[in-house]
Amino acid sequence: MTWEQISLLLPIILVSAAAVLTMLMIAVKRSHAMSCLMTALGLALALVSLFAVAPVLQQQVTPLLLIDAFNGFFTALILLTAIFITLFSYPYMSNLEQPQEFYLLISLATLGALVMAGSNHFVSAFLGIEILSVSLYGMIAYPLHRPVAAQYPLEASIKYLVLSAVSTGFILFGLALLYAQTGTLSFSSITALAADAATGPGSAYFGVASVLILAGFAFKLSLVPFHLWTPDVYEGSPLPATAFLATIGKAAMVALLVRFLLLTDIAGTETAVTVIAVLAAASILAGNLLALLQSNLKRLLAYSSVAHMGYLLIALIGMDASADAIGQEAILFYLSAYVLTTMGAFGVMMLVSDSGHERDHLNHYQGLFWRSPWLATVFTAMLLSLAGIPLTVGFIGKFYIVVAIVENGLWWLLAALVTGSGIGLYYYLRVIYRMLMPLTDTMDLPEVSLRDFVPHALLFALLLGVIILGVAPGILIDHLAEVAQSMN
Amino acid sequence: MIVIWLITVLFVGGLLAWLSGAIHKHLPRLIAVAALIVDVALLLTLLPDLNTGAASAQWLVLEKWQWIPRFGIHLQFGIDGLSLLMLFLTLFLGVIACGSAWSEIDERSGFFYFNLLWTLAGVIGVFTALDLFLFFFFWEVMLIPMYLIIAIWGHENRAYAAMKFFLFTQISGLLLLVAIICLAWFHSVQMGWFSFDYFELQAVILDGNLEMLVMLGFFIAFATKLPVFPLHSWLPDAHSQAPTAGSVLLAGVLLKTGAYGLIRFAVPLFPEAALTFAPVAMTIAVIGILYCAKLAFAQNDIKRLIAYTSVSHMGFVLLGIYAWNLLGLQGAVMTMLAHGLSAAALFMLAGGLQHRLHTRDMEQMGGLWAQLPKMSAMALFFSIAALGMPGLGNFIGEFLVLLGAFQENRLLTVLAALGLVLASVYSLWVIQKVFHGTGHSASQGAGGIASGKVSDLSMGELLCYSAMVIGLVWMGMYPQSFLDLSQPALDALLGGVVP
Repeated sequence: MTWEQISLLLPIILVSAAAVLTMLMIAVKRSHAMSCLMTALGLALALVSLFAVAPVLQQQVTPLLLIDAFNGFFTALILLTAIFITLFSYPYMSNLEQPQEFYLLISLATLGALVMAGSNHFVSAFLGIEILSVSLYGMIAYPLHRPVAAQYPLEASIKYLVLSAVSTGFILFGLALLYAQTGTLSFSSITALAADAATGPGSAYFGVASVLILAGFAFKLSLVPFHLWTPDVYEGSPLPATAFLATIGKAAMVALLVRFLLLTDIAGTETAVTVIAVLAAASILAGNLLALLQSNLKRLLAYSSVAHMGYLLIALIGMDASADAIGQEAILFYLSAYVLTTMGAFGVMMLVSDSGHERDHLNHYQGLFWRSPWLATVFTAMLLSLAGIPLTVGFIGKFYIVVAIVENGLWWLLAALVTGSGIGLYYYLRVIYRMLMPLTDTMDLPEVSLRDFVPHALLFALLLGVIILGVAPGILIDHLAEVAQSMN
Repeated sequence: MIVIWLITVLFVGGLLAWLSGAIHKHLPRLIAVAALIVDVALLLTLLPDLNTGAASAQWLVLEKWQWIPRFGIHLQFGIDGLSLLMLFLTLFLGVIACGSAWSEIDERSGFFYFNLLWTLAGVIGVFTALDLFLFFFFWEVMLIPMYLIIAIWGHENRAYAAMKFFLFTQISGLLLLVAIICLAWFHSVQMGWFSFDYFELQAVILDGNLEMLVMLGFFIAFATKLPVFPLHSWLPDAHSQAPTAGSVLLAGVLLKTGAYGLIRFAVPLFPEAALTFAPVAMTIAVIGILYCAKLAFAQNDIKRLIAYTSVSHMGFVLLGIYAWNLLGLQGAVMTMLAHGLSAAALFMLAGGLQHRLHTRDMEQMGGLWAQLPKMSAMALFFSIAALGMPGLGNFIGEFLVLLGAFQENRLLTVLAALGLVLASVYSLWVIQKVFHGTGHSASQGAGGIASGKVSDLSMGELLCYSAMVIGLVWMGMYPQSFLDLSQPALDALLGGVVP
């Protein structure tokens, strides 16, 4: 391994170092502020190092990791989101007795996500998935020792643990079958072998393996019918963990899935297209329908994330290696928009809540417009972006998806998209309307103040991002087009 | 740059109005009116161009900048005679809406004028955008502020009405988006690059069924907004629940964006399909005229009644558009302008009544002429304008529409003309019920007309109504000044379709 290759791994190394240092520091002296700062700093340094290595991107580092522009994009997205979550966690966690280890878990989970985003080999992919999941078990159950905290952290954590383990089992079994058939676990060499494997003796193995692996991935992305854990886990977890699950958890998985499908050329096969299309349509319709009647915002956002992953999956079908394929770009843009917006929505919720009082019910947001116009404006912008209304980045994302659909002539998916978006409008608007309703005095209202400058500044940055990218998406599109080019 | 300025002034004005609400609650309305006046002044600078011989050219303004090069999307604006008329209508009614909100909106006035100005900014964008992506962008931008106006300052059933308004327009908007993207994609297939440019898209050739489907995407979106008979059910709710200024904007301006979309996009972009579809469109137009006139007659809620008459009048607009000849189009444009004024005025009157009597139920009104002579006189004038009395703008519009449609389809024209009879019936019925006869409970009871607490029109209100009276008389007496302005634009649109 050359120094250049090591330098390419700098983001991963720096995040690991941050985790170790934070752990040591906690052993010496417990300080909430210091561990938060340390983690944020480590993540920020990793982000900066990414710019340093940008010129030498595009290299296979060990057989396990492929560091290229695609990986660079996801690394930046993941790190940026992780920094946001770290900083948002500080006020949220401040009334816990021992909040320090939570930041440790954030760095570790981020590390797992980074490995997933870089892997082009099943070993590293599996490693990444496990690092991420195991850290998340801890994050989800973190405020367990506080009786008044998030209502069901233990239930959520165990549910996630069990179901996640099952899905991991699926993936592992699929891997075993694949290995038995092809003798390799590297994405790119599966391609050549799979061509024979799909027709030759024992081809049933290959089919079963693909199905098992896809099912495992679909579980992590909470696609219908593998979505059942999502609302419960979202609801039971403390908000920073929910936000992590909803943003980085999804982004890393999408990166892995895209890599897998592109490098193995499975995306082009007819069976895969059918399977993905069915998953997408089911997720869009079921996700939106189930979100309709939720009065808990976390559950609502959980179902809405199911639907959004469905939209994203549509673009996956449009992916191929041709030069001007819109699919890759659509995925990257839609995912960025989704992560940005979801982060903003959870950011507002985190500011309204703290670890002792989870404000996730619709009632808690009644009249927010008149109590705290600033937070309500941000929240409204985020919800409108999720609904895909112009002036926000969500609209451009939806535009991309429709272009991808039209280009591939998937008309029945278009019908699903239109229906789903129509339903989606209703429940996003319901939340907005709640915030517009007049205040009633009798409710237990959270204190909203400008006591913490940093998270409000972060919210401002997110709002700015949502609007600027909605009005002038060219900045991001140009960059994404380059990334998409480099993938071919 | 003029269009950018028009829109920017309103966007910035809206933000300023919102912020200034914290300083003093009357500051926002001054800022709003100031922003609108600046816009009118900007538009007036175009008029000299008009007289210096440029009148024969279609476009007064054409502007184009890069926006999203990846998809060939431009910031492309154009103003022709048609747009110019619509812009003047928009800004004029914007000022009127401020006037009608002047004393009605006390709570959160900063945010109210913010929404008002942003709605108008979206509408101006719709009337000037020549890039279809940009057009759609503004098409949606005007919705959210309008939703907020209904949802925050509306009446008792506002949640339902606002949601219904939003869902109808937004879902039909999704179809429009899909249709636009299909069109742009076929352009990229045929020409090799993505384009949303109005002029370039006219060159796209689609085969019959496909053209019809894409055209229907456009038609449904515009028809929902207009609204056209089976898609109209959002309108009575939205109108009756919106605050007065909201109703004024909805009836006067937002409905016109649908008609404008049909004239500018739905027909010229798909000439063949539109020709095939014309008989269907004209038929539902006539059904709309008659059916909604009948429904209007059945209402007790005065705002709902006016809302149904709006749908009925918009049927004439649709009829004129799909007749697709110069007379029909001129008639449609005149009807849009005249209905914009008369419906806005009627909604203001209804709002004024509600403000004074705290009810919209006509059963509880009656005999108001004695107490409110000025208001009653205005109501009579605008009702008569709405029913199509010769000498006022609405008559010119509907008459031209019928003339135009007669050349295309006699039977439907004859049936549509019956709408004029029904219009007289319900208009006079309202006058009879509300202003004549003996008083009922609300007007004599706790509402307090008898005790003399209800005041007649104030100076400000009188000023607003007078301006609209002048506008309608002008349209009725000297329509040529409007027809001259829109003719080059309509000729050019017609030229693209009729061989």
